[in-house]
Amino acid sequence: MNVILLIVGMMVVTFFPRYLPFVTISKWNLPGFVKKFLRFIPYAALGTLILPGAVMAIPGFPWAAIVGIIAAILFSWFRREIILTVVISIFAAYLVLYLSGY
Amino acid sequence: MPMMANNIYPIKTEHSNELHKGILASIPIFIGYIPVAITFGLLAKATGLTLLESFLFSALVFAGASQFMALQLMSLGVAHLQIIAITFIMNFRHFLMSSYLSTLFPTHEHHWLPFISFGITDESFAYFSTQKQNQGKHFILGLQYSAYASWVGGTVIGYLFGAIIPPIIQASMGITLYALFIALLIPEVKKFYPAAIIAGIGGLTHSFLTWLKVFSPGWNIIIAIFSAAILGALLMGKDEEEVQ
Repeated sequence: MNVILLIVGMMVVTFFPRYLPFVTISKWNLPGFVKKFLRFIPYAALGTLILPGAVMAIPGFPWAAIVGIIAAILFSWFRREIILTVVISIFAAYLVLYLSGY
Repeated sequence: MPMMANNIYPIKTEHSNELHKGILASIPIFIGYIPVAITFGLLAKATGLTLLESFLFSALVFAGASQFMALQLMSLGVAHLQIIAITFIMNFRHFLMSSYLSTLFPTHEHHWLPFISFGITDESFAYFSTQKQNQGKHFILGLQYSAYASWVGGTVIGYLFGAIIPPIIQASMGITLYALFIALLIPEVKKFYPAAIIAGIGGLTHSFLTWLKVFSPGWNIIIAIFSAAILGALLMGKDEEEVQ
């Protein structure tokens, strides 16, 4: 039962930061600088989510991860196909793992 | 009344069409969540949780990194209140993400807002904030809850069956969600060159803070996103004024 309470507590503190902006910020008239700041959050967040995590995505085999990242960058630069990019990146990482005798 | 029928029918199919598109768009997230969720399920079992508790973890919290952290801290015997406090900081990055999405989403949909908010993860945020053509509630919910099904389903599968994916495939799939982030970022960079600079600042700041180990991982992410976005607003503000 104690664990259930922990889970409910974690749910509450996770949910409200996700929810509050929708019922507050969306109703406010924001100053220009704050709007600009918000506009850059997607790029800032994507960069933050990619590094350094991507390099450590495959524990013990950073090169497999790096090859997978390079494959994803190259492919998505030329073709805007998300699912294909992901599949090619997994395959590239797989090849490196396979060749290094994983 | 034929007139009503004419009005209602196309709207209904349009909605299910949007839902369908959302589910299709969730495929990379769906695939990416499965191996992580399976790992969570089997770790939860190893930590001594029941199937119900493991299921509720994923079904009610729906935030991967903090769930793994909780398992680790539970096995170390850390007090539950402290785990909840760390969870708050760890998941507070979603406050920044929701703040952005609140400028984009149909916020007049009061009844659906709690469900939309609950479904916000790093991955769905990354999708919504870059692919701006679809922002109807059916599309949003379709994408989010397809990903949710994968997360919750994967947890139960991992608990019951353990590591069913061959190790080499499981390891290769570790790159999935990062490949998704890259696939979403690159087209933005091609459209708007400074996006690469802001993303780079975020990534390098996060890497530096991770190496520094002064703050907790939750703080590192918040500081990195915040400082990169602030720098963006400061630097690009000038550019925009010059253009106008």
